[in-house]
Amino acid sequence: MKNRREFMQTGFKALCLCASGGFLATLALKADEGYFLRPPGAEDEKRFLSLCIRCGLCVKACPYDTLKLASVFDSPKNGTPFFEARKTPCYLCEDIPCIRECPTNALDHQYLEREKGVLELKMGIAILDSASCVAHWGVQCDACYRACPLIDKALKLELKRNERTAKHAFLLPVVDHEVCVGCGLCERACITEEPAIRVLPREYVLGRAGTNYVKGWDKQDEQRLKDADTSKKNEQNKARDYLNSEDLL
Amino acid sequence: MRYLLLRRAVQLGILACLGFSSLDFIAKGDLSSSVWFDTIPLSDPFAFLQIVLASLSIDAAVLSGALIIAFVYAVFLGRAFCAWVCPINLITDLAAFVRKKFGFKSSKFVILHKNLRYLVLILCLVLSFALSLPVFESISYIGIVQRGIIFGSVSWLFVAFVIFCIDSFLSPRAICSHFCPLGAFYALISRFALLKVKHKAQNCTKCYKCIEICPEKQVLFMVGKESKSVSSGECIRCGRCIEVCDDDALVFNILDLRSKK
Repeated sequence: MKNRREFMQTGFKALCLCASGGFLATLALKADEGYFLRPPGAEDEKRFLSLCIRCGLCVKACPYDTLKLASVFDSPKNGTPFFEARKTPCYLCEDIPCIRECPTNALDHQYLEREKGVLELKMGIAILDSASCVAHWGVQCDACYRACPLIDKALKLELKRNERTAKHAFLLPVVDHEVCVGCGLCERACITEEPAIRVLPREYVLGRAGTNYVKGWDKQDEQRLKDADTSKKNEQNKARDYLNSEDLL
Repeated sequence: MRYLLLRRAVQLGILACLGFSSLDFIAKGDLSSSVWFDTIPLSDPFAFLQIVLASLSIDAAVLSGALIIAFVYAVFLGRAFCAWVCPINLITDLAAFVRKKFGFKSSKFVILHKNLRYLVLILCLVLSFALSLPVFESISYIGIVQRGIIFGSVSWLFVAFVIFCIDSFLSPRAICSHFCPLGAFYALISRFALLKVKHKAQNCTKCYKCIEICPEKQVLFMVGKESKSVSSGECIRCGRCIEVCDDDALVFNILDLRSKK
């Protein structure tokens, strides 16, 4: 350091570089992938990410300000739209303006032409936590049931006898996974401190049984057995000799 | 000064039109894709190219928008996007100013090659295809900054600060003229754009103020030597060289044809 001026310059430079390096490090280390809901028509996350140009036209089109663009710190991919059901759910506009405005088909334009349109969406699925749902305690609450735009279709009430009091009934909310569109209105309406009913992305909760099961009670499904090869291919010797050869499988 | 002021006015004006929701009747969207006056779609052709490679499908709305933008820059304006529209230009110009005022010397460890950006460009396109993801769009600092300004968040300021630091302390003009694949893309398509900076050697007094201020110094190789238009696509048409020239040796020129007669 020759003089104070140079010292200030170098100090300023070092300070700025450290700060920006620190910021980049926080970004790199921040690896938590929270869950998030995508706007209507973005079922397939991979397809959606490959098409989204991150223009924010869907955000502008949403009349309820439901959609937000992810910033650098949000866990969804930077710049892509998402929404948080507890804050602002999707109100299922009939003309789906967000899909209409999307320039790249990232929000699938098919929904605009489909017969039932908005009711065929699959943004997520409502999952009920029976431990914290007060209806499961026996307290009468049907906030989510009444909030559901597909009342009695996606969200039904199941009546069950309350054995504890022996004279009251439980009115239990039950979600039909085939019908639920994942708008999040139930999550928004839930009265508990943290919502007892939450909308999660479908791939987080749904399982898949595989194609090896044939439903005997389903005529269509049983057709698959028509040309099936039923001749057994098991090796008889193997079943007999497995103790000797120690080949259990 | 007039080009500088005009440039800042255009840059901020576009951001304002997109940003204020009271001005939604003029423009909606952001610099990646927008709709002007509810009818004219405009899209970033580089982003469009990545999306086509990533999804292997083409959508009419974004295609027409990308074609309009690509046509305007390729035929008329050249790489003017970098100087007249991109908000990163504000940051890097500020960084260049600070760098000059404080007299920071460039780091000995960070030496970037001019053609690095073309490599980044190719890498972005190849990776977009391989990963089925518009790669540059997902990390784009241009996207982060312009979206941050337009949709009003705070986190873009950190990114802007990092860009500022890189440009002013590590390597001069590192982001815009060495790294940015979008700039490289526009440089490639705007090789034959009509708007050019023309140099008149008979007026030149060889003060080289223009080279000193030019963000892409290599395009002004002819200064003081011969009368010639800047033909490289890398010229961002910022007009800084025209402003600093006291001898009328540099002018904007739409068509070479006119001056030859």
